Amino acid sequence: MGVRAFFDRIEPLFEKGGKYERYYPVFEAIESFAFTPKTVTTAAPHARSFVDMKRIMTYVVIATIPCILVGLWNTGYQANAAIASGLEPSGWRAAIAGIFGYNPANPLANFAHGLMYFLPIYIVTLAVGGFWEILFATVRRHEVNEGFLVTSMLYTLILPASAPLWQVALGISFGVVIGKEVFGGTGKNFLNPALVGRAFLYFAYPAQMSGDSVWTPVDGFSGATALAVSASEGYQALVGHGITWMDAFIGTIQGSLGETSTLAAMLGLAFLLATRIANWRLIVGCLGGMIAFSLLLNLIGSDSNPMFAMPWYWHLVLGGYAFGLAFMVTEPVSASHTNVGRYIYGALIGFMVVMIRVVNPAFPEGMMLAILFANIFAPLIDHFVVRANIARRAKRHV
Amino acid sequence: MAQKTKELLVDPLVDNNPITLQVLGICSALAVTSSLQVAFVMTLAVTAVTGLSSFFISTLRNHIPSSIRIIVQMVIIASLVILVDQILKAYAFQISKTLSVFVGLIITNCIVMGRAEAFAMKNPPVASLIDGIGNGLGYGLILMLVGVIRELFGSGSLFGVTILQTVNNGGWYVPNGLLLLPPSAFFVIGLLIWAFRSWKPEQVEAREYKIQSVEAH
Repeated sequence: MGVRAFFDRIEPLFEKGGKYERYYPVFEAIESFAFTPKTVTTAAPHARSFVDMKRIMTYVVIATIPCILVGLWNTGYQANAAIASGLEPSGWRAAIAGIFGYNPANPLANFAHGLMYFLPIYIVTLAVGGFWEILFATVRRHEVNEGFLVTSMLYTLILPASAPLWQVALGISFGVVIGKEVFGGTGKNFLNPALVGRAFLYFAYPAQMSGDSVWTPVDGFSGATALAVSASEGYQALVGHGITWMDAFIGTIQGSLGETSTLAAMLGLAFLLATRIANWRLIVGCLGGMIAFSLLLNLIGSDSNPMFAMPWYWHLVLGGYAFGLAFMVTEPVSASHTNVGRYIYGALIGFMVVMIRVVNPAFPEGMMLAILFANIFAPLIDHFVVRANIARRAKRHV
Repeated sequence: MAQKTKELLVDPLVDNNPITLQVLGICSALAVTSSLQVAFVMTLAVTAVTGLSSFFISTLRNHIPSSIRIIVQMVIIASLVILVDQILKAYAFQISKTLSVFVGLIITNCIVMGRAEAFAMKNPPVASLIDGIGNGLGYGLILMLVGVIRELFGSGSLFGVTILQTVNNGGWYVPNGLLLLPPSAFFVIGLLIWAFRSWKPEQVEAREYKIQSVEAH
């Protein structure tokens, strides 16, 4: 227990009256990262569980592993395929990727190439976001907690691979500060910080965050996302572009780093449901809302807008729906907290995502905006659920 | 008296700012701050209207029946706004077109009505004039601050003069498109309020609730 002894030896320096008292949150963060947190609930009721904040957050990070792996492979695969079709590799990555070759059929080359896009974004996110976390923790005297590990991973996975690093830094700064810290830190954020950062970039730098040339990080490559193709030509045209339903399900399509694979997101979701971190009511609500509203739009139909005809099982596999469903809708802090409210909250997201994708021509993708929209309504939904319950029970005593 | 006059003029700039402390006049602050030139003209227009309306309402204050005072105030404010609008159309037509409906909406600006109700109805004309101008300037100060941030980072220029050469014109600066959208002023004003209240902690409002700690230490 050399490490434990080391922490015990230096701890007095950070405690009240110690030399580095100001930096206690930093010490606490590193210590509870290495060992289990020491704080236990002492007030009644004495509910006991091994699941603490650290474990919840660690589980969510574990749940993203399938998405990370498929994302790494797919990013490399898309880039290698573009290079194999005749485009020139460029930049510092070309020197390293050359070692593995650019064969899109070679999984190792794909992983290596993907990793070279994933790692810089992730490292910048951790460094810049971590800086803000520690700054606020030190000034506001609260603890840095593991929630940021989740935020940083989710944020990285929903960015396009070609995102410039300074924009990555700006986005995570906005997400952490405006999305979370101004409201008091983890647990008090009513919006999902990763999505706030992503939305900021989406509106601030649309040229680098949307369009046809950002998804595959090779200069000169242009390829629309499956949703953009569907919006202009109808989902039936996707097969003509070489995208079958199975491709979209497994995730070998254009899209952000880790959000393309529905399969990987479903694996993560299954893990979250099995560990009871994700609440199944949210999932039922969100799937129900999406399926019901897309069926309704199928029935209504439209001559000019091909998106009306898109069936629900395509909505499920395209864009960020599956990833958002698994990791964003189920985020416990920003979702509704009552059971009835969870169905309504989920259904609102499912409805809004189809609404934005189909009816609003300006945004082919709607998951990000739908979740942020529902985040804002979550406390209101809870309020009415609680009120309704009070009213119902008051009637018993007339 | 001199001390009081100075106070009337300076107090609304920071200590009792209509936007950051009273959170009034937000609508136009969102709409007209994407370029500094427009924000500047709006500042002048609002300052003129607040100052003069306070002056005239204060002059008439002892003759206005209490039951119809809002209507009388509105008549005075509306006349002044129409006057401002006509002057802008005559001498600064382009800016008048950019400001469009927001000049007319000065009538409904809470700051103008607020000063008329809260100050001009109870104080002599000259003090009211100074108070109106002070509040107009307090409003304008925030407008200009927001305008500087939004125009500089949103389009790389100040008063239309290029400061940061944007990528589209062969420079290095990638403009932040969010700052050109009206909602960005919410963030900027929010951050300004945060900054003001960190600087002047007495502006911080009392908490409406307190989160109870479950852990007994």
